[in-house]
Amino acid sequence: MSSANREAPRPASGRAGTKKELPDHFKDYRHVWVFIELERGQVHPVSFELLGEGRKLADKLGVELAGIVLGPPGETTQSAVAEAFAYGADLVYNVEAPLLADYRNEPFTKAMTDLVNAHKPEILLLGATTLGRDLAGSVATTLKTGLTADCTELDVDTDGSLAATRPTFGGSLLCTIYTLNYRPQMATVRPRVMAMPRRMDKPVGRVIRHQLSVAEDDIVTKILGFLPDSQSGKANLAYADVVVAGGLGLGAAENLQLVKDLARAIGAEHGCSRPLVQKGWLSADRQIGQTGKTIRPKLYIAAGISGAIQHRVGVEGADLIVAINTDPNAPIFDFAHLGIITDAIRFLPALTEAFTRRLSPHSRDKLAS
Amino acid sequence: MHIVVCIKQVPDSAQIRVHPVTNTIMRQGVPTIINPYDLFALEEALRLRDTYGGEVTVLTMGPPMAEDALRKALGYGADRAVLLTDRYFAGSDTLATSYALSQAIAKVGETFGTPDIVFTGKQTIDGDTAQVGPGIAKRLDLMQLTYVAKIPSIDLAAGEIKVERRCEGGTQMLQSRLPCLITMLEGTNEVRRGSLEDALYAARSQVLRWSAADAGIDDLTRCGLRGSPTVVKRVFAPTARAEKAALIDAAERNLRDLADELIAAILTRGPALEQELAFNSGE
Ligand SMILES: Cc1cc2nc3c(=O)[nH]c(=O)nc-3n(C[C@H](O)[C@H](O)[C@H](O)COP(=O)(O)OP(=O)(O)OC[C@H]3O[C@@H](n4cnc5c(N)ncnc54)[C@H](O)[C@@H]3O)c2cc1C
Ligand SMILES: Cc1cc2nc3c(=O)[nH]c(=O)nc-3n(C[C@H](O)[C@H](O)[C@H](O)COP(=O)(O)OP(=O)(O)OC[C@H]3O[C@@H](n4cnc5c(N)ncnc54)[C@H](O)[C@@H]3O)c2cc1C
Repeated sequence: MSSANREAPRPASGRAGTKKELPDHFKDYRHVWVFIELERGQVHPVSFELLGEGRKLADKLGVELAGIVLGPPGETTQSAVAEAFAYGADLVYNVEAPLLADYRNEPFTKAMTDLVNAHKPEILLLGATTLGRDLAGSVATTLKTGLTADCTELDVDTDGSLAATRPTFGGSLLCTIYTLNYRPQMATVRPRVMAMPRRMDKPVGRVIRHQLSVAEDDIVTKILGFLPDSQSGKANLAYADVVVAGGLGLGAAENLQLVKDLARAIGAEHGCSRPLVQKGWLSADRQIGQTGKTIRPKLYIAAGISGAIQHRVGVEGADLIVAINTDPNAPIFDFAHLGIITDAIRFLPALTEAFTRRLSPHSRDKLAS
Repeated sequence: MHIVVCIKQVPDSAQIRVHPVTNTIMRQGVPTIINPYDLFALEEALRLRDTYGGEVTVLTMGPPMAEDALRKALGYGADRAVLLTDRYFAGSDTLATSYALSQAIAKVGETFGTPDIVFTGKQTIDGDTAQVGPGIAKRLDLMQLTYVAKIPSIDLAAGEIKVERRCEGGTQMLQSRLPCLITMLEGTNEVRRGSLEDALYAARSQVLRWSAADAGIDDLTRCGLRGSPTVVKRVFAPTARAEKAALIDAAERNLRDLADELIAAILTRGPALEQELAFNSGE
């Protein structure tokens, strides 16, 4: 969402305007930190999205942007350090220890809170993933500071405070939240809400290393095993460039096949609105929206989806939204770019066929000759 | 064993309306429900009790009317209900909420036996932060087990618990220690219908009503607005996009032409897509 998309802000009732002077012991908190989420050898892309946002905040504040890399000793951790620089960090704080190999709340909370207490950042951003939310809640409670969840926009105010805007009541309202009298100001952001910044070839810069002050024996929770999601059924909806989704307008479970056929023909991922998950037509990892995935594809085609606010907040970042719906007054036409008023059950096969004709190299050659 | 389940009463958000002029939530007449995610936590707690024996206490912090949610929970089969209600709690953010709830849980423990497990839902449908569970765990020094999909075993004598925890890209099998805090994932069990017996029990049960003082909270600066580091400064409505979708009316047109027209319109708006789609389709 862009700020141009908004009405003039209104004052909230009740909690506004309680700014006091920042307590002295917080005055030396400076710089913007981004937690780099490293799991099973991979940096979660949301960390790069946050470095992009963090860069803007740091530049506005005239401070440095740091990446926080916690991981096991070795190459994967060091390549995450290098990537943090490539996506805009000025420096990296790095803790390497064998017990940071797989995520567990206790050692990660310890590592993170120790770093914050030692180096005092003013802003700390984390991805709103299962890992990020688990960690952020513990860290904020330990530090007794404010944590704003699932932000869609971050900015700094004239006085340098972090203004974190998040949807509320399922997206029907937005609110801007401040952590005025405590530091660091913490916020989480969902994957795909912020744009991915450009990767630059930058050398590894300043790295500040720390020891982890706990040992395996101090950690109660043990990991007995890990079961990866089966590769075949795994939906990578959030990061797909093209998404086709179906809603209740499809009428029956078997008509979902029409959505899957179109998706296959154009190399897209398929998804759905929430009622289809509730009916058991598709699994929960295919749900798009407030309580499902946020997507940011180049093209989103929605068939038989009305465009409820909870669905809308999950798809608004798409470059081009195409809606197929029988009802010209469906709310989805308020935010789609292109709409076609027709029966999706009849139209989807025709669209699949037309795309196939247009996209197959065979037919393209024929057109050219 | 003793299990505490934290539940929150929330407005049925399917029926929330925003006042078009003042941009405030119109709560009047909006029915309230138990936060849907909390029902999975409650169900899991009831199952564990049915398997291992013991008691389930449900706890909520909220206005006096939140008693309705607790009565419903008793109707599902909970043994005891505590309503933490006091004007000092008004305006709590998640830090203040988890403080008040953890104090109340400690008091529940003193009064009725230390809980082995505290359950919360994954998140609420109104505040929607998923922060209260981790907050309680940290404050009470409970093992924190979030996004739990399954509890394969509990060894009460050894104080051990095994859980399956959903994480990015898979499921972790964890072994941890009691007492612990579990945030239960949705869709992991089927919420029971309360029996007639439970309904009768709910009707004649007392919901315990605790003030801050009753819960043993002496530091009121950590409660409500005063105890909340976050400050909501502005609430506003997202504005509609200025332009609506360009509509293609399909009435009485042949489907093939229509499909070609739509594809042409898509590619006019996003010329780079042709490459993308052709490349993706792998043909
Ligand atoms: C707390 C909460 C969280 C939620 N989270 C989500 C979420 O994450 N994601 C989500 O999607 N929803 C979510 N919802 C549900 C949301 O409010 C809507 O109910 C839901 O998105 C509607 O799904 P739908 O558009 O498929 O169905 P409907 O609203 O029933 O719309 C069906 C549409 O299909 C059209 N149609 C009918 N027949 C045809 C046809 N033959 N061809 C073409 N069009 C046709 C109709 O005109 C209509 O517009 C949430 C709700 C709540 C309360
Ligand atoms: C518009 C708006 C935005 C907000 N944004 C933030 C924010 O970004 N950061 C912040 O710190 N606070 C925020 N708050 C305040 C927050 O909603 C309240 O503190 C609320 O009491 C608890 O948070 P939650 O609803 O997000 O619960 P969650 O953390 O999502 O709840 C998780 C679980 O904790 C349990 N639980 C939660 N509340 C209670 C309760 N009262 N009684 C019993 N069990 C409970 C339930 O089991 C629930 O499933 C916001 C409030 C509003 C109105």
